[in-house]
Amino acid sequence: MAALGIPTARVPVLLRAAVALPAALFAWFCSLVPHVSSGGSLYWEIGWIPQQGIALSFFVDGLSLLFALLITGIGTLIVLYASEYMLGQPQLLRFTAFLLAFMLSMLGLVLADNLIALFIFWELTALTSFLLIGYKHEDAAARRAALQALLVTGVGALAMLAGFVLLGETAGTYSLRELLAGDASLAGASHYPWILALVLAGAFTKSAQYPLHFWLPNAMAAPTPVSAYLHSATMVKAGVFLLARMSPVLGGTEAWSVTLVGFGAVTAVYAALASVTRTDLKQVLAYTTVMALGTCVMFLGLPGEAAGTVHPAAVVAATAFILVHALYKAALFMVVGMIERATGSRDLARHGGLRHVLGPAFAGAALAGVSMAGLPPFIGFVGKELLYSSAYESGFGGFALFAIFAASALVVTSALMVAVLPFFGEMKQSARDAHAVCWQLWIGPVVLGLLGLVAGVATGPVFRALVLPAAAAIAPLPEHFEPGLWHGFSALMLLSLATWAVGALVFWKRPSILSWPAARLDRLPVTGDRVYDATLDGIARFSAALTRRMQSGIQRRYILVVFATLALSVGATLVAKDAIHLPSRVPSVTFGEWALVAVIAASVLTVILTRSRLLAICALGVVGTAISLVFLLRGAPDVALTQLIVETLVVVIVAIVLLKLPDFRNEIRQPLSARWRDGAVAVAVGAATTLVLLAVTERPPQLELTEYFESMAVPGGRGHNIVNVILVDFRALDTLGEISVLVLAAAAVCALMRRRFRYRFDRVQRLQRGHAARSSRARVSREGA
Amino acid sequence: MNTLILRETTRVLFTLILVFSVATLLRGHDAPGGGFVGGLIASIACSLYVFVADPKDVRRLVRTDPLKTAAAGLSLAVLSGLIGILSGGGTFLSGQWVEIGGVKLGTPLLFDFGVYLVVVGAVLTFVLEIKEPAPEPPARGDK
Repeated sequence: MAALGIPTARVPVLLRAAVALPAALFAWFCSLVPHVSSGGSLYWEIGWIPQQGIALSFFVDGLSLLFALLITGIGTLIVLYASEYMLGQPQLLRFTAFLLAFMLSMLGLVLADNLIALFIFWELTALTSFLLIGYKHEDAAARRAALQALLVTGVGALAMLAGFVLLGETAGTYSLRELLAGDASLAGASHYPWILALVLAGAFTKSAQYPLHFWLPNAMAAPTPVSAYLHSATMVKAGVFLLARMSPVLGGTEAWSVTLVGFGAVTAVYAALASVTRTDLKQVLAYTTVMALGTCVMFLGLPGEAAGTVHPAAVVAATAFILVHALYKAALFMVVGMIERATGSRDLARHGGLRHVLGPAFAGAALAGVSMAGLPPFIGFVGKELLYSSAYESGFGGFALFAIFAASALVVTSALMVAVLPFFGEMKQSARDAHAVCWQLWIGPVVLGLLGLVAGVATGPVFRALVLPAAAAIAPLPEHFEPGLWHGFSALMLLSLATWAVGALVFWKRPSILSWPAARLDRLPVTGDRVYDATLDGIARFSAALTRRMQSGIQRRYILVVFATLALSVGATLVAKDAIHLPSRVPSVTFGEWALVAVIAASVLTVILTRSRLLAICALGVVGTAISLVFLLRGAPDVALTQLIVETLVVVIVAIVLLKLPDFRNEIRQPLSARWRDGAVAVAVGAATTLVLLAVTERPPQLELTEYFESMAVPGGRGHNIVNVILVDFRALDTLGEISVLVLAAAAVCALMRRRFRYRFDRVQRLQRGHAARSSRARVSREGA
Repeated sequence: MNTLILRETTRVLFTLILVFSVATLLRGHDAPGGGFVGGLIASIACSLYVFVADPKDVRRLVRTDPLKTAAAGLSLAVLSGLIGILSGGGTFLSGQWVEIGGVKLGTPLLFDFGVYLVVVGAVLTFVLEIKEPAPEPPARGDK
């Protein structure tokens, strides 16, 4: 803070002011609800790279509006919560900036119309979440979790980008709006399997589908407001959002259904089981989030009755569940944060009786927990009923129903664990932080919990305003669909009762029932986490081995390799292209030019034969100077001038370097065979270059460009020196690139020379001294013997 | 190396070469020359000075950090390109010209001056960094 020049006392004010941004955005999106729910949409466009058809364009329809409301609404509560929760932590301003940046990236993601823009925002959420998860950067676990989240979702995103490019090229447009407008299913396209696999890779990594889910529980190393925001309502839902978005284009096929239902079901059941075996409150919630993501993926995949369609009711169920889950999960994460703040621990075994000291937290937890368990009259009940009924109707009936039943029952257990265990029973620990009951902290959970209740009571209006418009953007709405809290008794009602019964039973008999799966889950032979570690280790080892082989650290060897490669590649190309031609006519060479050739030859001999380095460098300068004179004689004064100056500078700089260097000559004197080898490489490079030049000059020169520049230099560039006009006007962008490189090189030289020189030099001297001392000791001992 | 003759000639040559380098820069648009060559010539003047004087004196003489000079040159080049956008030319780096009293002045000249500064700054950075004694190594922790 001090470094930013902002007094610490003003930071909370700034943090609280930050709430205004999401709040204002939320209010604005709310004002769009009537328009969008009546079937309208909005669209803005800013040109970006028009030549490539890439525009920064945004559009709002039912689906993006639902997500935008969740992002900004929950975002408002989270920023408020964080402004209190994070007090006393370092770098708060930076934290808030990251949080807002993340929110805006997420908004961009759900509102983007262009696929490439969507990808950019997708990566921006990955980058900002990396910064947020790794906020406690002094903690190794947090650093690892942050990197893991970045790498796993980043690799998936790259696959997704490839999928987008294939998709855009196949469909002929990168605009989502255009893709969705037509009857745009690509199911028949020849690239369809590739597009599907690549896009799914992006969605599954981001939305933590088994076996790629491991990064999400690890990401609980983030501060709790971050977990509450990223891992409940927003970032992890991006994958689900993408699947929903792509459903009209890619969905409905057999491959889509089988993949989504398979991965989704396995993820949901596995994660639900894993969640009830955890004792860390945040881990319990993290795994139920994975379960929710699996559920959404599964229901977006369920096939409809007609071939090539997705199940309309299942889509409504998935959409409703996104809303349900976001409300209760964000609330429960915030409650856990309050518990941690108050007691300093998140371990279930160490809590009890907290309802007496954390009344508001208990209220929020109770409201959210009831919705999570799916009890009426909360929205969670509606969501669960929809899941059951659509699973029952769908083509995967038995399998889907069993999977969602098992997952839901275990989630009831998780809900009881989070909402009941810490608050009832005897008090095990006294609350020690008065901040824990500050209104900024409890307002979020209570508001979200109450919203779950209100939405349940007013199911019809909520569905018509938010859920159905969103579902309609994914698939046609089911016929005769009447949203409501209560549809009378049915067979599915019995299933709900069974869910609560099984959930409560597992909760009741937790220790005996769960000990077996808990032990197994912790000792799986192959987990994503371990594969991740092994992959990273493998890459590091491979890189180290490669570096050891390639980087000898001997300058002479590098130069030898570079020149040998040059000679070989150029020579091979010349032979392969049959381009070796001896000149058909001997060019006329004047006496002066012959003299220059003689000077060059004499200088080269001097370079090779002399033992004085200074003389060698000067002779090399003479070679260059003579060549520049050749340029001058042949009518290229600009090139000659530059060559002359460069030669002079090189001699000066090398002379300065040589004066600084110690006299290594005797130590590095090479054996004769090595010198012959170097000579052979040098001759080969010279021969290859000469042959290339001969081959080039053999053809008639292409004069169009020359003529263009000659005719345009004065009218277009107002200069008579064509070379200069090209450099500073016609091709100024190239020159700009070159001088940028020059500045970078200068900065690099600065960094290298200032940081390393003395150190390396010291080490060389120390090694030499050590060597001398050892050899003299050895001599002494030999003589002594 | 550091003889009296070289030292005394350098005093005179330094100024002369610098003037020559600016002349080369300015004439470059119509005759052989330009920012790149001009910058190289100026760097030779500076390198010559580095040869005979203490690097510290050279730094005092040029006043700014040469790396900053190079950065300023790059900024100037970019700026000259932005003028092309702002003055309605439409594209980055398109040349814009005014004529004052028969002397044509234009953004390419600014650009060329930027190139000049980059070259002088970069070469002087190389030369000075090599010539200067390395800084003391940072205190190493107990290992």
